[in-house]
Amino acid sequence: MKVLMKGNEAVAEAAVRGGCRAFFGYPITPQNEIPEYLSRRLPEVGGCFIQAESEVSAINMVYGAAGAGARAMTSSSSPGISLKQEGISYICGAELPCVIVNMVRGGPGLGGIQPAQSDYFQTVKGGGHGDYHMLVYAPSSVQEAVNIMYDAFDKADEYRMPVMMLGDGMIGQIMEAVELPEMKDPATFPKREWATDGTGKGKDRRVINSLYIEPDVLEEVNHRLFKRYDVLKEKEVRYEEYLTDDAEIVIVAYGTVARIAKSAVNELRQKGIKVGLLRPITLYPYPEKALNDLAKKDCVKSFLTIELSMGQMIEDVRLAVNGLKPVEFYGRTGGNVMTPDDIVNVVLAKEGK
Amino acid sequence: MEEKIIIAGFGGQGVLSLGQFIAYAAIADGKEVTWLPSYGPEMRGGTSNCSVVVCDKEVASPIVARPDCLIAMNKPSLYKFVDKVKEGGTVIVNSSLIPDKVERDDVKAVYIDAQELALEAGNARTANIVILGAYIKLSGLFELDLVAKMIENKFQNKPKVIPANLKALQLGYDAAGK
Repeated sequence: MKVLMKGNEAVAEAAVRGGCRAFFGYPITPQNEIPEYLSRRLPEVGGCFIQAESEVSAINMVYGAAGAGARAMTSSSSPGISLKQEGISYICGAELPCVIVNMVRGGPGLGGIQPAQSDYFQTVKGGGHGDYHMLVYAPSSVQEAVNIMYDAFDKADEYRMPVMMLGDGMIGQIMEAVELPEMKDPATFPKREWATDGTGKGKDRRVINSLYIEPDVLEEVNHRLFKRYDVLKEKEVRYEEYLTDDAEIVIVAYGTVARIAKSAVNELRQKGIKVGLLRPITLYPYPEKALNDLAKKDCVKSFLTIELSMGQMIEDVRLAVNGLKPVEFYGRTGGNVMTPDDIVNVVLAKEGK
Repeated sequence: MEEKIIIAGFGGQGVLSLGQFIAYAAIADGKEVTWLPSYGPEMRGGTSNCSVVVCDKEVASPIVARPDCLIAMNKPSLYKFVDKVKEGGTVIVNSSLIPDKVERDDVKAVYIDAQELALEAGNARTANIVILGAYIKLSGLFELDLVAKMIENKFQNKPKVIPANLKALQLGYDAAGK
């Protein structure tokens, strides 16, 4: 049965159903409904909810809980996610699974509280220090956010790395009808042979750490992580193509912006302009092959990247297109959101109409 | 079909819940819907609005630039959004608080004395439900019975307020049909 739910609340419920039993966070708009919901919901399933004294503290609680084998998560919005970066780097270095939600708002600094996509670089290119990546998803509807969150802990476990869900203020605040999946049974979750849960003793003692003083050892750790990222690139890339078969202009957009772009594509098609849309669902690994394949098609004349930023993802689009076709940009920032008409007008102007 | 609605007014007028009622009705009717609120440092007495999109297939953009229908609960909201309404669209004006007439002849303007009708229904706080009734009549999107059932459902924990809300719904529906 479908129920009408706010994005933030649906994400929180999906996390619980996907096995989350520990949440640590600190309030910030526009994601407050996630901790609010979980503060009530987690105790019902024997879970743990703590409102930490700061974001730094919250991410380090996630580090500790994940190390002890819990399915742990945190959520925040841009300035709060910046504060968590040190902890995220440590968690990646210690090869621990966890889930992090960022309902992005405009920046830099405290910025504003309205939707933005200006944390793309921070999310997919690092943010914290050192050579690391996370598996990054960008849902464009509440249902998709639910589906991603439901499996996020499994993916984090499988690859022993944080999974980041990159939303924005809109996906957090919007209400849509969703179908909630069944509660997963924690008894079916994989055994954590590495967790410091008191079962490893003597010569099997377990250590969770991200400090490797020996250069050769640290180099090996880096290579091990990147082998895992290669597997991600092979197995986890997800994207949606919409009307790209005969498209002359391919719009590239993710998250809620992709929905706005979809409306624009529909309207432009009615005007006889052959526009299509490629929507990355994973931002890391990025659907570079799909984009490169489109760039190689004769019918495709150009790409138009649309973001709620000054142009961040466009760099990955350009890398994937690799100079085969021109890549242009349209964006709004500051918490302002483009309308479908704005996109239609940009494309019409481009076509000289 | 695709129907885009903007509902705007003071915080505390039930603007967001009016939008949610339309969303609940859409789901009960098997349609797809998005409900997107304006959010910010808002408070009772401040301005508030939400965009609702009802569609028979997946809703693409939840952002509404040109609504098919504007529901204006107060004067600033009317002037903020009236020029955005599609040609041939509908503007529902809460005439209890807005003495002005809509200065466009390419839209259908309907004036509902929501406060007066809410008092007649027996609960001053049902003004948004009066407007919901008017919207149901004007849009023709849903059966009145379906919406009435949904109201009973939503208020099942506060059964005392159900009769006034149902009456408000009917009064609004009838007022729009005159």
